[in-house]
Amino acid sequence: MPANGAPTKITQGSQTKGGIGESTLRPDGTLKVTGEFAYSSDMWHEDMLWGQILRSPVAHAEIVSIDTGEALATPGVYAVLTYDDLPTEVKNYGLEIQDTPVLAHGKVRHHGEPVAIVAADHPETARRAAAKIKVEYKELPVITDEASATAPDAILVHEGRDDHHAGHVPHPNIVHRQPIVRGNVEEARRRADVIVEGEYTFGMQDQAFLGPESGLAVPEEDGGVHLYIATQWLHSDLRQIAPVLGLPEEKVRMTLSGVGGAFGGREDLSMQIHACLLALRTGKPVKIVYNRFESFFGHVHRHPAKLYYEHGATKDGKLTHMKCRIVLDGGAYASASPAVVGNASSLSVGPYVVDDVDIEAIALYTNNPPCGAMRGFGAVQACFAYEAQMDKLAKRLGMDPVEFRQLNAMEQGTIMPTGQPVDSPAPVAELLRRVKAMPMPPERQWESSEGADVRQLPGGLSNTTHGEGVVRGVGIAVGIKNVGFSEGFDDYSTAKVRMEVVGGEPVATVHTAMAEVGQGGVTVHAQIARTELGVAQVTIHPADTQVGSAGSTSASRQTYVTGGAVKHTCELVREKVLEIGRRKFGTYHPAWATAELLLEGGKVVTDGGEVLGDLADVLEGESVEIEAEWRHRPTEAFDLRTGQGNGHVQYSFAAHRAVVEVDTELGLVKVIELACAQDVGKALNPLSVIGQIQGGTTQGLGVAVMEEIIVDPKTAKVRNPSFTDYLIPTILDTPTIPVDVLELADDHAPYGLRGIGEAPTLSSTPAVLAAIRNATGLELNRTPVRPEHLTGTA
Amino acid sequence: MRVNFTVNGRPQEADDVWEGESLLYVLRERLGLPGSKNACEQGECGSCTVRLDGVPVCSCLVAAGQVEGREVVTVEGLADFARQRAEGGCATGACGTRGTSLDEAKGWQAKGTDSQTGEGTELSPVQQAFIDAGAVQCGFCTPGLLVAADEMLENNPNPTDADIREALSGNLCRCTGYEKIMDAVRLAAARQSEGV
Repeated sequence: MPANGAPTKITQGSQTKGGIGESTLRPDGTLKVTGEFAYSSDMWHEDMLWGQILRSPVAHAEIVSIDTGEALATPGVYAVLTYDDLPTEVKNYGLEIQDTPVLAHGKVRHHGEPVAIVAADHPETARRAAAKIKVEYKELPVITDEASATAPDAILVHEGRDDHHAGHVPHPNIVHRQPIVRGNVEEARRRADVIVEGEYTFGMQDQAFLGPESGLAVPEEDGGVHLYIATQWLHSDLRQIAPVLGLPEEKVRMTLSGVGGAFGGREDLSMQIHACLLALRTGKPVKIVYNRFESFFGHVHRHPAKLYYEHGATKDGKLTHMKCRIVLDGGAYASASPAVVGNASSLSVGPYVVDDVDIEAIALYTNNPPCGAMRGFGAVQACFAYEAQMDKLAKRLGMDPVEFRQLNAMEQGTIMPTGQPVDSPAPVAELLRRVKAMPMPPERQWESSEGADVRQLPGGLSNTTHGEGVVRGVGIAVGIKNVGFSEGFDDYSTAKVRMEVVGGEPVATVHTAMAEVGQGGVTVHAQIARTELGVAQVTIHPADTQVGSAGSTSASRQTYVTGGAVKHTCELVREKVLEIGRRKFGTYHPAWATAELLLEGGKVVTDGGEVLGDLADVLEGESVEIEAEWRHRPTEAFDLRTGQGNGHVQYSFAAHRAVVEVDTELGLVKVIELACAQDVGKALNPLSVIGQIQGGTTQGLGVAVMEEIIVDPKTAKVRNPSFTDYLIPTILDTPTIPVDVLELADDHAPYGLRGIGEAPTLSSTPAVLAAIRNATGLELNRTPVRPEHLTGTA
Repeated sequence: MRVNFTVNGRPQEADDVWEGESLLYVLRERLGLPGSKNACEQGECGSCTVRLDGVPVCSCLVAAGQVEGREVVTVEGLADFARQRAEGGCATGACGTRGTSLDEAKGWQAKGTDSQTGEGTELSPVQQAFIDAGAVQCGFCTPGLLVAADEMLENNPNPTDADIREALSGNLCRCTGYEKIMDAVRLAAARQSEGV
């Protein structure tokens, strides 16, 4: 009992094991380590056919003719479909703008665009039959960059646009434009003692999730179809699929299969409609599995970008103004480009206080591969550029780059360039302090008594150096990412929670449509249910469309929003359970009516800790099931002229310190350590939080030194669609990643949590670039950095 | 064609195999063993790693006909394989100079598991360590990594970090940043040396 004599109050969930804040283990862990977990590519059905997509070998062309006769005559082939076979008037799909043809109609707009689909009894038969389809193309000039897109005589990638951005863009080959103007840059510039300009290039990154796009469509007796699929958002898929099939949404049943990673690449549809069309046409189950080559064509990528920045600062190190222009290449179809533009513009200033800004972000339509969502979503490209600017400014001012950032760091109460106040903790200066204070890795770790261990040197087992020419560099960066869907989107989630007695034990079942893509949402949902309902046993129901939408597994939002929905629904269930308890047992003890009641350890207890009864007795012969929606605070659209508006729900911050060793003679980089400090609000599952931070950090490392989809500027064709030529970090390329987690609660969010998945992907890249600049003295205005950029042979 | 080989200690016969099919395809689509994963099908990612007569290989690069009469261990058989090894039998095919004979291999067999929940499943030390250390996120790389890590620990029970990184450098993971995978392998090695 406390010294003041007041009785100790217990709070809901504090007495139950396996609740929030613990590092409980994944419920799907055992299945995943034994090979039993059923990913979408593992689906199998008696009598199943294999689907194959024929894709365009050129980037921009008119389709003169398609001859499917020989393909259709191939033994083992059941169907060959083209645009002409689409069953309804709805022939396009898209996340926001329905500009993407299910199958090409008269024209292809990018390399790899789907033209025809085949179903056959063996995947090789399907592949060979697809190759027998004769398509005659008449090639058109390609639009590949801003100059070619906005030239006076530019071919329009999409004729006759009538989408809701068409009216405000300066050119039909611009998907969306978002300016943000605040203060007076011209006046503020006069106060600047130093002005730094920079032009930066960000390469096209691929999500490179390992589980290929895949799924199984099973035709059903009622004329509908059941699709087993790996996606990030079942209900968004459903909304796009059903109209093309000409089916009501109830007749398109969707069940989430195992998802082998996503990172944004599964926000758009890939093979979903194709598999359903073939299944409905043939009356047989159809499975489609992309190989890696096809996967590079089958999903959108991270927007490559050109970024033009100007910053000013006074000689005592205060930022005066920022002017920037961000040009994102959206490729042939809109995908998530408008929202990426919104993020890039609204977060272009970074986590700094700058009152006078003039910002413009645009996304282009080109004949390059379509670009859309990838972890970090517009904020990544901007962070690369503004952090390079911060280092340039600090250098010009003769200041320490961390102190310079801390001097200008935003904090709670700062007004964003959009006019939105930051109304929860924004510990930017503290994260920088923490990441800088981490112990440094020892120098020359490659030295051993037996000579140099080349595995620890740039070039590794290629044995290119034993330390000669190797220079160490250190760089620091920090970033800001929004959490949740922004700009007025109704960003809700739904959870259905059931509580009953099974085998004498109280059990909770949580059913949502949340796509578990590896992030650990299923782990966290079980933890929330234990905390809120005081039970040991929680069953996670498979995700499907038999429950309301959970929204997308993206924008770092699922623990916040679907976690919030699970929490909210559990609270409703708890009230109902207590009502039942009062009805059954209320007469036995006055506390049923008078005390604050909690569910803990399978019992109903008072907040003083007195046990009133077993949940098993309360729920005997009863069950409680509630489905409820939950939404976070509403947001507003950004004004199309000024960019003003309370557009974001929450911000997330991370800082990195990179230590690299560069073989300056060969231009080879080894990242020795990538330390991260991040504020997570509240770590619902610390083990998973650290896993997210380390994984995001590594994707940022990838785009710093190796990852880039190379598109030929003359033909707009993809040159490296394979893991042989598109390199992602291996365990040898990835350093140790010490993580310092800060937990400053956001009072607006469930449990005070902060969405965490994306922020570490932002600052990782500029930290590595800064470290390489520190080691080499080079300016390095593009990412990824390759050896030729370090040796002057580019 | 017909291919006869041993998978996880059990003789298997695959019929109507097209000559161009890989071992990975036969395992996944003909034998109902989809644990070996198909992330790149070009030998770059290691997700399909199995042991062929004890040697870790990318099963996507092995033509099905090449495994005739040989012995394959997949992730589905890893727990039994590890138990057999711990009990002193030769499950690896690496004990003799020319691999394990079919008769020897029949001395152990992978048991079925509950495919619904995985509850009660017996795991190998490296499988348990991957769960405990948080090395599993999406899990698509996990089967290949487990087979590769188990083989490394068989040959090098006390690996340095550099040894682990070298041994697992053929296995891509996109989710974890590899740190928890390092933790898992260290944990498995420590438990192994403590006899836990």
